[in-house]
Formats: sequence, C-alpha cells, structure tokens
Amino acid sequence: MLGRSAWGIFWMSRYLERAENTARLLDAGFRIALTRGNSTASDEWRSVLVTLGLDEPFAERGREATGPAITDYILRAQDNPTSVLAMMENARTNARMVRTAITREVWEATNESWMILKDALAKPVREANLGEVLDMIRRQATLVRGAMEGTMLRNDILAFARAGTYIERADNTARIIDVKYHVLLPSLAWVGSRLDNAQWEMVLRSVAGERAFRWLHAGVLDPRGIAEFLILDARFPRSLAYAYKQLESSMAILSDAYGIETSAHLAVREAVARLAATNIAGIFDFGLHEFITEAIFTNRQIAEAIAADYRFTE
Amino acid sequence: MAPSPLSSFDEMIDADGNIRPAYAGYREWLDEQDGKWLQRQSKQAESFFRKTGITFNVYGEDAGAERLIPFDMVPRIITRDEWSRLAVGIEQRVRALNAFLHDLYHKREIIKAGKLPERMLKANEAFLPQMAGFSPPGGVYTHIVGIDLVRTGPDEFMVLEDNARTPSGVSYMLENRETMMAMFPELFTRVKVQPVSDYPRSLARSLAACAPPACENERPVVAVLTPGIYNSAYFEHAFLADQMGAELVEGSDLRVVDGRVAMRTTRGWKAIDVLYRRVDDAFLDPLTFNPSSVLGVAGIMDVYRAGGITIANAPGTGISDDKAIYSFMPEIVEFYTGEKPILKNVPTWRCSEEDALKYVLDNLKDLVVKEVHGSGGYGMLIGPTSSKAEIAAFEKKLRAKPDNYIAQPTLSLSTVPIFTKAGLAPRHVDLRPFVLVSPGGINITPGGLTRVALKKGSLVVNSSQGGGTKDSWVLAE
Repeated sequence: MLGRSAWGIFWMSRYLERAENTARLLDAGFRIALTRGNSTASDEWRSVLVTLGLDEPFAERGREATGPAITDYILRAQDNPTSVLAMMENARTNARMVRTAITREVWEATNESWMILKDALAKPVREANLGEVLDMIRRQATLVRGAMEGTMLRNDILAFARAGTYIERADNTARIIDVKYHVLLPSLAWVGSRLDNAQWEMVLRSVAGERAFRWLHAGVLDPRGIAEFLILDARFPRSLAYAYKQLESSMAILSDAYGIETSAHLAVREAVARLAATNIAGIFDFGLHEFITEAIFTNRQIAEAIAADYRFTE
Repeated sequence: MAPSPLSSFDEMIDADGNIRPAYAGYREWLDEQDGKWLQRQSKQAESFFRKTGITFNVYGEDAGAERLIPFDMVPRIITRDEWSRLAVGIEQRVRALNAFLHDLYHKREIIKAGKLPERMLKANEAFLPQMAGFSPPGGVYTHIVGIDLVRTGPDEFMVLEDNARTPSGVSYMLENRETMMAMFPELFTRVKVQPVSDYPRSLARSLAACAPPACENERPVVAVLTPGIYNSAYFEHAFLADQMGAELVEGSDLRVVDGRVAMRTTRGWKAIDVLYRRVDDAFLDPLTFNPSSVLGVAGIMDVYRAGGITIANAPGTGISDDKAIYSFMPEIVEFYTGEKPILKNVPTWRCSEEDALKYVLDNLKDLVVKEVHGSGGYGMLIGPTSSKAEIAAFEKKLRAKPDNYIAQPTLSLSTVPIFTKAGLAPRHVDLRPFVLVSPGGINITPGGLTRVALKKGSLVVNSSQGGGTKDSWVLAE
C-alpha cells in the first residue's frame, strides 16, 4: 500500500477516536454540571479544557468559562481547529484521500457520520439537546469502527487503522488520568482517603468504565484502585494496558505481512514490557504524574517511529 | 433563458404523440407506478448520491465545496439496432484518431497529401514535439476516448466533440445504473438492458495489455494518477482505481527510481508499469512541461521515452480533439480508414479563415461559437439564447483573436423527458459513449453518459452549468 494511504488511514482512525473521547469527556463534565454545585461544575469544565489541551486557546478568547461557552468551543467553534466538528471533517477528508484503501461501507459510514454531525453542529447546541448530540457522536464513531471490523481485510491497511486508534486511545486515557488526579488529588497524601464519590464516578464515566469498575471492584471507589484499573487492567478496553496490547498485535500483523520488524516494533515492545513490569504501588512511588508524562512521550515516539518506518511521508 | 428556437426530435414521443418503440416497455411500467411513490424515489436518489459521496467540486468555489450532479430517473433509451449502427461509426472514428496521432508524430503523410494544413500543428500547444518519432507501448495513443454525440433525428447522430485527453464521466455512467437498479429492480426484469458494469474490468485489461517493455510482472502494476482530493473529478479517480484494484497515486507519491517511475509504499519504492493519469499534459512532468507543476513526476517523460512506463492516454493526444482539428475529421477518417465517415460532423466554421470569420460575424445571433481549446461549456456563446449585449461583448473577443474560435450552427438537440413535479417534461440531451482502445481491439460500453440540460429549453448540458445526468440504456433485444 502507499505510504500516504497508511498515513491517511492512521490519522482517520486517530481523529475518529479523538472525536469519540472528546464527546465522552464532555458528557462527564455535563453530568457533573447537572448534579453538582456551581463551583464544582466550573472546576470540572476547566479540567475538560485542560485535558484536551485547550485551556490556553480558550482563555485567549476572553470569554467567561461557562458550561455552554466551553461546550460550544469544544464541539464546533470555527477558531478551534481541534473541535469535534473539525476532527470529524479531518477524519472524512482522510477517508476520502484513502478511498481506495477502505471498503465502500467504511467510506459511507464515515461520510454519513460527517453529514449527520455537520448538520447537528450547524448551530450552537442547546443544553437540552447536548446529551443527545454527544450520544450521536459516540454512536457515529462506533458505526465506523463496526464497518471497519465487519468489512475490511485483515491486512496491513487495517493494522495501520488499529494502530492509529489505540495510540490515540492510550494518549486520551493517559491525559484524563493526569488531569483528573491533579484536580481531584491536590496532594498524594490524599491517596487512600475518602473522596467525593461522584467525582470519581465521573472519571470512570469519561472513559465509559463506571459499570465495569463497579462490577470488578464490588462498588468500592478508591483513587488507587481506579488508577490501577485505567492503567493496568488489560480487560478494560480503554486502559493503557489494553491499548498497548492491541497496538502490539497490530504491529505483529505488519511484521508478519512484511517479514521484517522495525524500530516501531521495538518501541512498542519496550512500552509493553515496562507496563508489565510495574504495579500500581510502583507507579505511585515513581509519581503518577511523572509516569503518565512518560507514557504520553512514549506514545508520541511510537507514532513517529511508525510514520518513519512505513514511509508515511517522504 | 429563451426557449430553444427550433423544434426538436423527442426520443420518447413521436410527432403524433405515440410512444416510440424504444420506450414502449419503460412507459408501460411507468404508467403502472404510483406518482407519489416516484416522487419519493426521486428524492431518495439524491440522498443516495450524497451518502456515496458521488460529488464534484466546482472551480472558483471554496476548496472542498462538493456538489451533486443532479440525477434524473427517466432513462435515456436506445434500441439495439440504433446502437449497432452507432457503434460501427464510433469504432471507425476512434481507429482513425489513433492512426492520425501516430502519423502526426511520425511521417505526417496527411500533411504531405495536402489534407491538413501544416499550420494546424505549428501554432498548436496541444502538439508535443517531445512525442515526435516515439511510438507508445502497444501502439495505442488514446486508451480511453469519450465521443460526444448529439441526436437530431430518427437516425441522425452527429459527433459534437472528440475527447481524447482524459475524458471524464464514466463513474456517473456506472453509478447511475447502480442507482436505477437499486431503486427499480423489477423494471430491469421487465425491460432487458445491456449491462455496463464490465467497464472497470475492461479498462484494467486494456491498460494491462499496453504494458511497457520494462515491465517484468505477469500482472502489470497499474496506478491512477489524480491531482488530489480537491480536483473536480476526484470521486471518479478514486472510484476507478477502487474498481480496478489499482493504487490511486498523487504526484507526491511518485519519483523516478532506477529508471522507473515508482510509488512510495509502506515497503519502499515500487515500480509502476502503467499510469492512467488524470492530470493534463502540461502538469505531467515539471522537467519537460510546466516547471511549477507539483501534480506530476519529474523525469517521467524520459522514463516514458525509454520504455519504462506506459502513460494513458499518451501525452500529446490533445492535438486530435482540438476543436480546430475537429473540423477536419471527415477528411481524417477517410484518409486513414479508406472509408466514408459513418458518423457526421457538425458543420464548423474556422474563424481563422477570413471568409468563415465574416460569415460568423454576420450571423452571431444564430450560431454557437466555441474556444478552440475550451471545455466544460465555459467561454462559449450560444447566439440564439444570448442578449444583444452578450453578443456584442463576445464579438469583441472574437475579432481580437479569431484563431481562437470556431462556430457551429445551433443544433436542435433531441429531447428526452425528465421527471418533474408536474410530470414528464422534455429536455435536451447529448450522449458520451466511452471507448477503450488496446492492441487487441476497440471496446465500446453500450450506452454511455447522457447529460441533460435541466432548464427548460436550455441547450447547455455541462454539469458545471446546471446540467444533470441520466442512466443510458441500450436495449438487449
């Protein structure tokens, strides 16, 4: 396949994954705002911006950081190049560029998702409709992924798509952990203390893990357990451990198909080994923030290695 | 726009109001259908096209602004006998075009014989000196040709234009049929229509049959070269590559490696044997042609001349579909085939000739005047439907640069009904059959693309100017 096509499908998947995760994050913020007092809510909205790396660009606009202003900015603002709408458009543009590398069903699902969301985000979303719109974003991303799983050949093309998805997911989960622990745990001394359950539930909700966690941990919410769940529990599809496991198997498809391993394989294997060799106590000893910072850095290195090894650009 | 001044041949209904035989089966079916249901289907067709992404970009609008070409669900129907006669004429014309191109770039017998003035080549930008003395692989110049036909009477088809560079529209021919079959499956069990779906396979075969001397693969590597996603025909480029199982490449994917044109794949550089390029000659090779082009490949012309790649269509074929050359086509066909042309030309005045120019200037209000190198319906004057001011403005341009124009009488293009809210209404149409040329022979897909002027009385069928398309049927029996 063309290097440019690999690049296109890798980024198409990343944009879709990021759009979906952004919707999840917003949904979590929205629920806090519905149920909590004003000051908690505005903390929460701010943490959504920080997680997405949008706190500074938003502040530069000089608008008050209210829920509606923030959601509008994140969902559809013209001056936000990483809005959900822009990401869906990027995903679709990439899909159009790699039209011959994807099946008709994947193309149509992506194109239709973009049409539906463009329509839904043509005007500011009213608060009463916000839940519905966020739901729609998640559903459309699921639809595209389903079309990929159901119709694409199990070859290098799908491997690049999956690599994009899981690198993006690992990155998003890492950022959520980082920000939430900063906001919710002003000091490490708080680890193990009884905290506001609703806020922790929110962390889980933003990665669609609240039910899974409750089921696995008999309903006990503790910061250490949640961090362990989000980082190390490979049964949970949005954990770092799971994302790396999937990334590793996508890379294996590439080395099988091409008969050769690259520097990207090495980088992934090292990351997986590091994760396997640690436990949650070790992570907190090392420093959660430091650990996550390193994970985000590794993630970027892997993405760069894949791009270089597989000739995404000249 | 004023209604067309001439009474036209309607392909569905004769002068006495009877349904012509070609449409008998279709009309019988249509009359049984519920009007409201048809209206709904008509709307559904549009959403189908949007969903599929069958769009085109209009130049001069925002980058990325994509539009649909309106689809009309009443098919344009041609009988098997009409088509057989037409196909013989098309084949003759395409054979002549290839022989003509070979001659122009080699011995120029036609000029020596006095049938074509030499100045037609000299001042012509479409003539590429780089092609002189070179024979393309398989001897084929125009792998893909679109012949634009208009109908003026029961058995009167005339050639309006030859498209020998990079004819577009074939994806609409294919998708229109898909759409019709999805919307009205039972219609196709009642009326037997010759299929068009073989086109991509035939195209792939026909391109592979022209592999260059350097090709070492049993199955030649074919790629489609597109200018990119903002090109007006990008959908078609992607569609054809997809259907052929070929890579869709852009200039930035290509470079010359070890004497071959190669594409950058995830495994390294891979040589291409046959390049179906949808990029104009001028942008093909910045070393040979337009130096600022980023759409092509530096050095591809050298590789081509050394037998390292096949370019389809061959560079320099534009000289044969030039509108000034067009007026010589009857002589060209006869010169190379030794036969009388089966398909007629539209009478054409070459404004470069003094007598012709005088006639054209005196009769602007009745004529259609076109730029010699123009396309897409831009830069032309349709006398009968233009205002005095428009004619006066055009006259100035014509006087300033007469060589740049040809003129033709306003033809009374045939009509085929379209589906409107008020029922069926006749609209003018043309037809572009698609022809594939390979060393093994000439393959014509039955039917082609019917373009229809959706505005009442309008004669302009170009999609960039409010034209639509129809599914085109050739009956099987």
